[in-house]
Amino acid sequence: MQCLIGRKIGMTRVFDETGKSVGVTVIQTGQNIIHQVKNGEKDGYHAVQLGFEEIPEKKVNKPALGHFKKLGTPPTRVIKEVRCDASDSGKASGQRVGVEVFDNVKFVDVSGTTKGRGHTGTIKRYNFQRGRKTHGNTNVRERGSVGANTYPARVFPGLKMSGQYGNGKVTIKRLEVVTIDKESGLVFLRGAVPGRNQGIVVIRAANEG
Amino acid sequence: MQEIIRKIERKQMGERQVNYTPGDTVSVSFRIKEGDKERIQQFQGVVVQTRGTGSTATVTVRKASGNVYVERIFPIYSPLIVDVKIMKRGSVRRAKLYFLRGRTGKSTRIKEKK
Repeated sequence: MQCLIGRKIGMTRVFDETGKSVGVTVIQTGQNIIHQVKNGEKDGYHAVQLGFEEIPEKKVNKPALGHFKKLGTPPTRVIKEVRCDASDSGKASGQRVGVEVFDNVKFVDVSGTTKGRGHTGTIKRYNFQRGRKTHGNTNVRERGSVGANTYPARVFPGLKMSGQYGNGKVTIKRLEVVTIDKESGLVFLRGAVPGRNQGIVVIRAANEG
Repeated sequence: MQEIIRKIERKQMGERQVNYTPGDTVSVSFRIKEGDKERIQQFQGVVVQTRGTGSTATVTVRKASGNVYVERIFPIYSPLIVDVKIMKRGSVRRAKLYFLRGRTGKSTRIKEKK
């Protein structure tokens, strides 16, 4: 189980050992709590429930509070179930895991919620081209034709049109782990990560190869 | 949140003091790697612009190399930069000395600060 929940702090750049400047995103994970451990016998699959950022009891609704009480773990703002394999036993409810899980991990995948852009035209959303502004043209930012006439007499499903853009889950694969700061629970990843600063992200060790 | 970023940058910055302004003539010494040998090279010229804050700050230095002018951008807190010496203090009225780019010879002189 090489997975943690964290908060995106922001971007800066750091110098590596050869003196090269590397653009990095800083993510603070601190210590994640393991709430529930699911195993093969009882649940049919192996997984752990990770919790991020402890909050006072009064901030949790009653169904969630019941869950935390049953496990005897402190309530957290975010809960996320992560699959792991049978060999990953030794995890117990109430344990804390920090950035040390990414020791010897070179690349990670990061999921987050992108910034919402609302109802957006095709130029911003799909990088369509703009029409010319002069010479009698009226189609400047519109998408153009949506298809033929008599046949098929309909618009094909899935055609790229304007609509909601952003505010969705996006995963960036294979981001290089530049350094890990165990003391303050920070992970430094080369490149950008989805979402705003202070957004919640999930970091997972990338598949090998 | 920003506090954490600032702390990281302060750690990167180390002890180096930055006290030049645009118009000054500086000599930047930096390590350069040739094969597996390392040596220190100087780059002396006029500061055209300073840019960025924290550990991301850079400085653009312009000098005449023969009869062409060369501008070089240094990330000033890079560990490859050994030293920045101020040779002369210049007196200029703007923050970015882009007007130097069209000029050669005598017209590139900058008044010295008293």
